[in-house]
Amino acid sequence: MHRTGELFGQFQTLEQQKETASLGMWVFLVTEILFFGGLFLTYSINRHAYPTAFGIGGNMLDLNLGFGNTVVLIASSFTMAMSVWSAQTSHKKLVPLFLILTLALGSVFLGIKVIEYKQKFDHHLIPGHSFDITYCSKNPSACNLSGKDLDDEKKEIQEGIEAEADEAKKQGAANPEEVGAAALNAHAQLYFSLYFGMTGLHALHMIVGAGLLLWLILEARKGRFDANYNTPVDNVGLYWHFVDIVWIFLFPLLYLINRHLA
Amino acid sequence: MSTTQLHVPESEKMPREHYLNATYGIRSWLLTTDHKRIAILYLISVTFFFFVGGLFASLIRIHLLTPGGYLVTPETYNKLFTMHGVAMIFFFLIPSIPAVLGNFVIPIMIGAKDLAFPKINLLSWYIYLVGGAFVLYSFATGGLDTGWTFYTPLSSIYSNSAVTPAVIGIFINGFSSILTGLNFIVTVHTMRAPGMTWMRLPLFVWAHYATSIIFVLGTPVIAITLLLAGLERMFHLGFFNPAYGGDPILFQHLFWFYSHPAVYIMILPAMGVISEIIPTFARKPIFGYDFIAASSIGIAVIGFIVWAHHMFLTGQSTYSAVAFSFLTFLVAVPSAVKVFNWTSTLYKGSIAFDTPMLYGLGFIGLFTIGGLTGLFLACLGLDIHLHDTYFVVAHFHYIMVGGAIMGYLGGIHFWWPKITGRLYPEYLARIAAIVLFVGFNLTFFPQFVLGYLGMPRRYHDYPPEFQVLNVMSTAGASILALGYLLPMVYLTWSMRYGKVAGKNPWPATGVEWTTDSPPLTENFHETPVVDWETYDFEHRPELGLSGTAPRKPVPAHGDD
Repeated sequence: MHRTGELFGQFQTLEQQKETASLGMWVFLVTEILFFGGLFLTYSINRHAYPTAFGIGGNMLDLNLGFGNTVVLIASSFTMAMSVWSAQTSHKKLVPLFLILTLALGSVFLGIKVIEYKQKFDHHLIPGHSFDITYCSKNPSACNLSGKDLDDEKKEIQEGIEAEADEAKKQGAANPEEVGAAALNAHAQLYFSLYFGMTGLHALHMIVGAGLLLWLILEARKGRFDANYNTPVDNVGLYWHFVDIVWIFLFPLLYLINRHLA
Repeated sequence: MSTTQLHVPESEKMPREHYLNATYGIRSWLLTTDHKRIAILYLISVTFFFFVGGLFASLIRIHLLTPGGYLVTPETYNKLFTMHGVAMIFFFLIPSIPAVLGNFVIPIMIGAKDLAFPKINLLSWYIYLVGGAFVLYSFATGGLDTGWTFYTPLSSIYSNSAVTPAVIGIFINGFSSILTGLNFIVTVHTMRAPGMTWMRLPLFVWAHYATSIIFVLGTPVIAITLLLAGLERMFHLGFFNPAYGGDPILFQHLFWFYSHPAVYIMILPAMGVISEIIPTFARKPIFGYDFIAASSIGIAVIGFIVWAHHMFLTGQSTYSAVAFSFLTFLVAVPSAVKVFNWTSTLYKGSIAFDTPMLYGLGFIGLFTIGGLTGLFLACLGLDIHLHDTYFVVAHFHYIMVGGAIMGYLGGIHFWWPKITGRLYPEYLARIAAIVLFVGFNLTFFPQFVLGYLGMPRRYHDYPPEFQVLNVMSTAGASILALGYLLPMVYLTWSMRYGKVAGKNPWPATGVEWTTDSPPLTENFHETPVVDWETYDFEHRPELGLSGTAPRKPVPAHGDD
């Protein structure tokens, strides 16, 4: 690792070096947008094709955990912004403090995500052979489901099966009820494939971000970052905000769209 | 036919210290951050993949010598054309000019000591190697039979070949492209020497800037698409599988959103090379500099919105087909702008038929044929007849081999004196260029006819009446192979025994020709200050040019 604010060989001035690093980060974020863009497109097209199944899938997510995570992540973006500000204004003691806070909040987010994934595993919502969208409505005790919630879910699934059965009837299926149930299960599985794909890729970015924060914390504790030299804090900050913004899109798309029906 | 008197005094000596002898040992190469050494590493690795892909191509052509093809089984034939495509497209054509020539000359052209991110540059080479290793593993353990397009659900469910490692390899390799593009964009923005304004950038740099935009915007999409297809194969998910409600056509849309612009990744850098070669050997400033620069950006932008012309027969709506057909015609406009400007540059030039110029002139002819036949395919009615026939194969080989590889070899010859400090044997090189041109046309022109007559692509078999044309094509491929082996031999020979080139043997006007050949590790003894316009021969007495060629652009309807 080079010394604080050292000029690399290929540059003429420190300003040029800083500008280069910053531009590089922005271009990298553009590639990231396109990377997630492919997933968002796949999601949108399938959501448009199977609104019922995707609605049911979305309503099976735990809104409290999702909302809690959104708050945690926005708070971490705030602490990240504060650490960038501290570096830019040479508050050397504050930089590591805010970075540690950011890392802690990021870890809370990932911890909650683990709880959510575990829950989906227990509820047979992991795509694969044992995927069963009706599992919770058939085994309410295993999912802590009771009262109005249980009735709502049963009703929703029944309506979903009927909608798919109507579609199957139009295509001349001999046993529309059976075909409809299978279709709903398949399309809900598609929803959960996308759910795990999108949140998984997002979580992967969070883990990379956590690694970067850890490195920054070690550097910041040595007092490396001040008004003259703060490019790494700045760039990791940009990255962290980007990952945050991806979640800001994921949360409504995955959790919220069909809530008004429930 | 005039030939150049190369401006190389007999007394010219190799510079005492340069990037090749600055440090020694395998570590100094494998851990180098010098863009010139990384370019050499790329040169070796892409050449390796070129021969891997070439081997598959030879087997394909031998198999097609006779109807019924006795060389390999149909299954093996499927693997041969797939592996040929994957090796050539992802591991040769896409990195070839940017990662070898672009890497070597862009920093020198703009008067910089290195790219903006030298370590990332080295990283992208290692990523390329890792991706390449996965793909070679796939070739070695069962091969790949999906076609280079990896259409689902064949690739994600039905294929019994080693699709997973290949998909992982191409996914990884994508990041090598992304990082190269990122590096070039930032370098052009921030690393230019004093006086190197945007409108003084060599057209080679403009072409690479446009290419980098495609790298950065397109490659992430193919990465996520192949990731989804790979996940679907590994975990039986349903993104593109109709059985789960997924949409295989969506895969095609996402795939071509990258893979059509990828064609421009292959051809734009070659156009950049030609834009350097033509003015140098016509001894005349390029005609319409700003139009050529803008047309590179135009191709990159319009190239992103033509992808569905690969899918006219998928049952897409007529309205969208008409729109994509129109946009495909539109992208021909900036390409034509380039061709017209190159020919206008030749007009009244003092043309020297050195080897790079032979490749340059060959490029203009072959690219024009390749481009115009692309317009045949953009016609909605005609495409129904020509879709998935050898006409398509011939069309894109005219662009990729006749265009991109001609440009690549032209560029290799043009900058060889700068890269190695020595000249290649000129007469042998001219013969090789002509052999290549003849071999190429003999290989691929018959395929236009075959396709028009209805021979489908990717079939291991054909009816007997197509044999004559297929034999011609195979004969051409043999000549083509000889044409590729010749430069391998004499370029290698010249690294040791070639005549010392000196700083500027052609002479050419770019900044890269003002420094030593081969350059120092830092490229320049002192930071150059650019006080001349690019391609200006008139105010450059130090180039030592005398003669009668006009040194200014001549209007096309001047005095005749």
